[in-house]
Amino acid sequence: MSEPRVYGLMAEFETPTDIVVAATRAHDAGYRKMDAYSPFPVKGLSEAVGFHKDAVALVCLIGGVLGLLTAYVLQYWINVIAYPLNVAGRPFHSWPSFIIVTFELTILFGGLAAAVGMLALNGLPMPYHPVFNVPEFTAASRDRFFLCIESADPNFDMNGTKNFLAQLGPRTVTEVPY
Amino acid sequence: MDLIQINTDDPNSSGKRLELKDVQEKLGAARGPQYWRSLEELANTPEFEEMLHREFPRQASEWVGDDVSRRGFLKLMSASLALAGLSGCTKMPTQAIVPYVRQPEELVPGRPMFYATAATLGAYGLPLLVRSYEGRPTKIEGNPEHPVSRGASDIYSQGLLLQLYDPDRLQSNEYLGQIRSWPSFIGAMQGPMATQKASGGAGLRILTPTISSPTMAAQLRTLQQKFPKMKWHQWEPVNRDGAFQGAQMAFGQPVEARYQLQNADVIVTLDADFLFNGYPGFTMYASDWASRREPAGSKPMSRMYAIESVPTSTGFKADHRISVRPSEVEQYARALATQLGVGAGGNVRSEHQQMLTAIAKELQAHRGTAVVIPGEDQPGVVHALAHAINEAIGAVGSTVVYTDPIAGNWVNESASLKELVSDINAGKVEFLLILGGNPVYTSPVDSDFASILSRVPLKIYQGMYSNETAVACDWVVAGTHFLEEWSDARAANGAVSIVQPLISPLYGGHSAHEILTVLNGQPDVSSYDLVRAFWQTQFHGVDFEAFWRRAVHDGVIAGTEFTPKTVQARRDFGTATPVVQGYELTIRRDPHIYDGRFANNGWLQELPKPLTKLTWDAPAWVSPNTAKKLGIKAGQDADVIQLEHRGRKIDVAVWVQAGQPDDVVTMFFGYGRLRAGQTGTGRGSNAYSMWFSDEPYYAGDLKPTKTGETYLLASTQGYQNIDGQNQIRAATLATYKEDPNFAHSVTEAPKKEETLFPPFEYPTYAWGMTIDMNSCVGCNACMIACQAENNIPVVGKEQTLRGRHMHWIRIDGYYQGDPSNPRMYFQPLPCMQCENAPCELVCPVGATVHSSEGLNDMVYNRCVGTRYCSNNCPYKVRRFNFMLFQDWDTPQYKMMRNPDVSVRSRGVMEKCTYCVQRITQGRIRAEEQDRRVADGEILTACQQACPTSAIVFGDINDPKSRVAQLKKNQRDYGVLEEINTRPRTTYLAAVLNPNPELPETQPEQNL
Amino acid sequence: MDEKRSAEVESQHVDPRLIGPGHTFGTVTDKISSIVLTTQTPLLWFAVVGIGFALVGALGMAVTYLFYQGVGIWGVNIPIGWGFAIVNFVWWVGIGHAGTLISAILLLLNQAWRNSINRFAEAMTLFAVMCAGMFPVLHLGRPWLAYWLFPYPNTMNYWPQFRSPLVWDVFAVSTYFTISLVYWYIGLVPDLATMRDKAHNVFAKMIYGMLALGWRGSARHWHRYEKAYLLLGGLATPLVLSVHTVVSFDFTIGIVPGWHSTFFPPYFVAGAIYSGFAMVLVLAIPIRSIYNLKDMITDWHLENCAKLMLGTGLIVAYGYVMEAFFAWYGTNSYEKTQFFWRQHGHYAAAYWTLIAINVGFVNVLWIKKVRTKPIILFLVSVVVLIAMWLERFVIVVISLTHDFLVSSWGIYVPTRWDYMTFFGTLGFFFLAFALFIRVLPMISIFEMRDLLPSAHVKADALKEAESQ
Repeated sequence: MSEPRVYGLMAEFETPTDIVVAATRAHDAGYRKMDAYSPFPVKGLSEAVGFHKDAVALVCLIGGVLGLLTAYVLQYWINVIAYPLNVAGRPFHSWPSFIIVTFELTILFGGLAAAVGMLALNGLPMPYHPVFNVPEFTAASRDRFFLCIESADPNFDMNGTKNFLAQLGPRTVTEVPY
Repeated sequence: MDLIQINTDDPNSSGKRLELKDVQEKLGAARGPQYWRSLEELANTPEFEEMLHREFPRQASEWVGDDVSRRGFLKLMSASLALAGLSGCTKMPTQAIVPYVRQPEELVPGRPMFYATAATLGAYGLPLLVRSYEGRPTKIEGNPEHPVSRGASDIYSQGLLLQLYDPDRLQSNEYLGQIRSWPSFIGAMQGPMATQKASGGAGLRILTPTISSPTMAAQLRTLQQKFPKMKWHQWEPVNRDGAFQGAQMAFGQPVEARYQLQNADVIVTLDADFLFNGYPGFTMYASDWASRREPAGSKPMSRMYAIESVPTSTGFKADHRISVRPSEVEQYARALATQLGVGAGGNVRSEHQQMLTAIAKELQAHRGTAVVIPGEDQPGVVHALAHAINEAIGAVGSTVVYTDPIAGNWVNESASLKELVSDINAGKVEFLLILGGNPVYTSPVDSDFASILSRVPLKIYQGMYSNETAVACDWVVAGTHFLEEWSDARAANGAVSIVQPLISPLYGGHSAHEILTVLNGQPDVSSYDLVRAFWQTQFHGVDFEAFWRRAVHDGVIAGTEFTPKTVQARRDFGTATPVVQGYELTIRRDPHIYDGRFANNGWLQELPKPLTKLTWDAPAWVSPNTAKKLGIKAGQDADVIQLEHRGRKIDVAVWVQAGQPDDVVTMFFGYGRLRAGQTGTGRGSNAYSMWFSDEPYYAGDLKPTKTGETYLLASTQGYQNIDGQNQIRAATLATYKEDPNFAHSVTEAPKKEETLFPPFEYPTYAWGMTIDMNSCVGCNACMIACQAENNIPVVGKEQTLRGRHMHWIRIDGYYQGDPSNPRMYFQPLPCMQCENAPCELVCPVGATVHSSEGLNDMVYNRCVGTRYCSNNCPYKVRRFNFMLFQDWDTPQYKMMRNPDVSVRSRGVMEKCTYCVQRITQGRIRAEEQDRRVADGEILTACQQACPTSAIVFGDINDPKSRVAQLKKNQRDYGVLEEINTRPRTTYLAAVLNPNPELPETQPEQNL
Repeated sequence: MDEKRSAEVESQHVDPRLIGPGHTFGTVTDKISSIVLTTQTPLLWFAVVGIGFALVGALGMAVTYLFYQGVGIWGVNIPIGWGFAIVNFVWWVGIGHAGTLISAILLLLNQAWRNSINRFAEAMTLFAVMCAGMFPVLHLGRPWLAYWLFPYPNTMNYWPQFRSPLVWDVFAVSTYFTISLVYWYIGLVPDLATMRDKAHNVFAKMIYGMLALGWRGSARHWHRYEKAYLLLGGLATPLVLSVHTVVSFDFTIGIVPGWHSTFFPPYFVAGAIYSGFAMVLVLAIPIRSIYNLKDMITDWHLENCAKLMLGTGLIVAYGYVMEAFFAWYGTNSYEKTQFFWRQHGHYAAAYWTLIAINVGFVNVLWIKKVRTKPIILFLVSVVVLIAMWLERFVIVVISLTHDFLVSSWGIYVPTRWDYMTFFGTLGFFFLAFALFIRVLPMISIFEMRDLLPSAHVKADALKEAESQ
């Protein structure tokens, strides 16, 4: 099969329901390399396009644990090993005093991990993406919903897919150039 | 000593006021990093401070005055904004250092050398030991070899160090305001001297302060021989005329009483403040007195009765205190004498009858171990009565002896001044030489000295300052500080100390000796030769050189102390002077400024006065009742009253002083100076302007009226009444006897083992301190000694008002009981060096941590200035550099500072370190000799200065050390120990010894 | 299908308390974004910016002179080492709390009404924390060394002293700021995409585009996005509670009578939220009328805030009662003296004013009329803010004036520099806020879309789709 000249085909819908239905149908029709775009998180849409698991929570946990260790180890090392000092007659290892900073760093690392991890997993920032080549797509951040079946999908066939999408009752169906 | 030649044209000496435009000019001129330096320099000049503080500080003292234009202000702002980012703000300018060209013998750079010398105050020598680093005197201590000082010192000798380096000192000789050289002065003297020679000195007068220096006395005597008709007058406002007249009345000869309080079981004072700085022999008497105040001592504890007309620390240290009018003291003295069989009449207020009888009884009971001490501020008759009483109770020979006066030529100075004045008015005086002092300011108002001086054709003044007298004279010769001259002086026991210089005159001054040599026609004789030559004449041994070296080295000439004379007291006291009716005025020397001579001394000005804790001012005192009568409120926001006396009026701020007798207004000498210097000029009101020569001690005919104006007084202790607090613990001897543990009946420190933490060990040394509240007399010597030792800056009145004074050790004063005659307790507070230091816990950068020897170290370089430590210090002994308080620029002050103590800059916390620099020196010395530091080897500055040895410092790990012993004493307790700070500084509770037969209000055991 | 018809359809199911009728995805988007993308700006905005700018100028002056002269230009002294600076610090940090509470805690509690106010509440948090953050630095004796409070390897191998609450503060506040910033920004990303797509000005497009990180609303992204957003909310919740707890440690760890007390943490947190909501109302009430957003920030929103204020306010009041009780019931004479001084001493007026407001006056919020009359609510909030400032003054300053030894009791008199600095930060706060509402959508657009009923997928349609 010849090199596809397009990134994919994009159908525009008006309501969240339509897009979910469309995505489900497309998935049932065996399409896998596709994605749906919406101006706000639509319940069930990601499942419809066949996306179920994500690693954000795991990343966050790892970050949190790292923060916890960093903070406590640092404080222990400073006060007991590196520079032990008699401060107010308190023991070098004044663990109750070390709790606060440990807590704060846990939160900090965990939070940053969650945020940065999410962006990274999403491949953001991404300055260029073919879907933006479709003029109507600006509405994706306002009130329109799009389903895009990518040419990379094995089942992709310019006319076949076009017809398939047309029967899902979209507003328009357009080619997404590279 | 070339190395101490320094640049004398310093920015501060110009008294001109700095305006913002000058600042801007400097700002405009400057660029880059050196700009900040110039800013900083600016910030330091007092003119600049003044400009910033022109508006009164209760609102924003720091606001640049409102007269400043908005644009100018913005310019300053933007200029500094440009540099706000610079983190080098407080970096010191780099400076070249100069090595010795010729290494002086014995001098190890960085290691101090100590020289014995002596200062004089009211003719009395203060035997001293002065520390010098590379030729720069940096600290004054008492001379331990000398029986008068015994290593202790007083506030004046401490303060004299600052005076040495005072940039306001006269820096050149002047003739009618024109700078003249020393030779030209010598030249100018020839003519007048010749004319005087012709007339036998008929027109020649010499006015000096009281002189005890044998050498100078000798010089004057020779001069007298040269000029038979010349007259030598002596004048000091704080003089001993009373004692002089008393001696004349009683013995017909000028003898002085010397007390031996170590033998006294009973002491009665008649207005004598012998436990405070400036009383002749204060250090000696204080330590003798303290030696008998130990309740568990070998000898019984002494009992002191004070009959006084102005509250003094002596009065408040007494076990019983009678507060009477100044004019009443004589009556009481007479009454006491009468009761002791010395008929003299005298009537006593009914409420005091019982007390007086009791006193008489005690004096009788303690024949030979009791003594009556008359005060400087009482007329001759009171002294005479005291002499008679002492004789009657067999005190003479045991508790009091009579010796020659220490003054080279003791005279009635009031009379002496009167004579001079009348001579001047009679036009007899052609040539007046004034050696030191400041008669124009200090003479009684009726002598009108300032104006009559103009009648003298030639008047010469020699002194350290261009003061009120200097400007009234034709010739002004820059004088020397005692650390710059050779001389000698008699101390209170008559023993002579050689005054040896530690530094060549900073401003090329000339001593009184040198002036007299000029008059004696031997201008080439140096004062060293002079003094040495004089003692050669006095020496009858073989090896003079050895004698001389020894004398100079020890700071006391062996065998010069006076021997007692046997005298017989006459018992003719004339008729009693009537007691003043209505308002009574009495004028006393200021506790710190003395007669005004220390007005320009920032240390002494900022030192809180013992009873009021006021700084920078001396308001008039009235009693609470009188205040009520006049509608005057107590406190720092003082009312101003107008005093009218013999047609003279003066406005003065009033302080309501507990214990002050009713209807008595007390004023203090030393303020209202017109020419004192940047620090002292124009502060307060001049009490001399109300002082008449015919009523030197007290005066009636006084009319006080409230003006309605108010005046802010800067106090370092706002609250002096104790309510339900227990930092002071006191009991009577009786209570102590039955419960020696009374100090621990209220609170108890938590036991050491009652803790979750393993306690820290202090294996090597564990420094600790005890302060005996029994012997502390609140003389402030420790405070100023600390200031000198630790380079503590002076912050000025405005900053003191804002509560930013910097003293590392302070003396809290607490009143208790009836305001008309209360008790008072003194409690010195250095850093407690808590083992569980609350300050350390909260410092975010670890700038204050504990040392292995248990010191609460303060790391200035690490401090970022959160002030959290101070907030968390329950004793509030930490001090903060809210601004650049330290003077970084005046070159003189750079020389003065202790090189072992870092000079703190803006924005860092500081506090008492137990003089860690001394500890370290001691430890190093010990380690060099491979031994432990011996007990008493290391003295903290406060401890060293303390005349009563109330402060004891040492290693509490060493069970034999004095401090360890004292901490075992049952009187020992820790302030706020109940909050488990575990202070290393602890206190010995006060024990009073009131007469059990008297219904005296017993002190509560804990306050 | 055109706008009008869909509007009719949707308007039937809109919850009027959350959002006014007649809104569609499109109208919501346009309305909010137009505030930023419009060319005409309300005059009042310029007024606020003008005043704010002037005050910031004053702040600059005060700070410059401070660095030049030292903290001595303030009223602080010994014993009162902490003055306005710390009072303001505590006050500002407290105000910040409402933002995080709304955005995080209400998110976890699934409170739909947060959606229209969380964005600017978070912005408020950020600016408040910035103001707060200035003071600990400014009040240092040597502010240029503030970085010594952070643990960083240095030639002296010396480190911060981790037992000090001030170090805890550094970590707590900086964490709080960072997390709030991240949380706020993450929330902004989809809206930034909207702005990118709606902006006409090329320059603006470019900037929004960069900030939007190429967000395209992919279903997968949304999935991870929601997860991360929820996690951040979950982390921010304990954080916000911890921050003012740590701030309260600054005092409770100290031994000063009036500071050393175990109930400060809850009492401080409640106080923080209390003052925070007051500030939210002070901001929301004028804004919604100026930009006529009454249909998005409805009276119901205001009322909810008021209720929260009342609740937290009463907790604070309880705190005062306990404080008094401990002083009276406890055996600590220093505590007693301190408390007597508070009530009868030099500063009694401050104490009684705040008691009158926080114990008495706050109860007007029980009345529904008060809660629903925006103008009255606005005034109440202002009064509350003043009272809370006074509370911090009473705790920080008055406690220090009378501690253990009678001899070292003192008085604190603020200088005009103290006032300039405080009002300067107020100026900074309002200036920053004004700029924010001018350049960024002050209401979360995508979360507003989410509120519309049409955002919900119709289950039956879905069934049918699957059945085929």
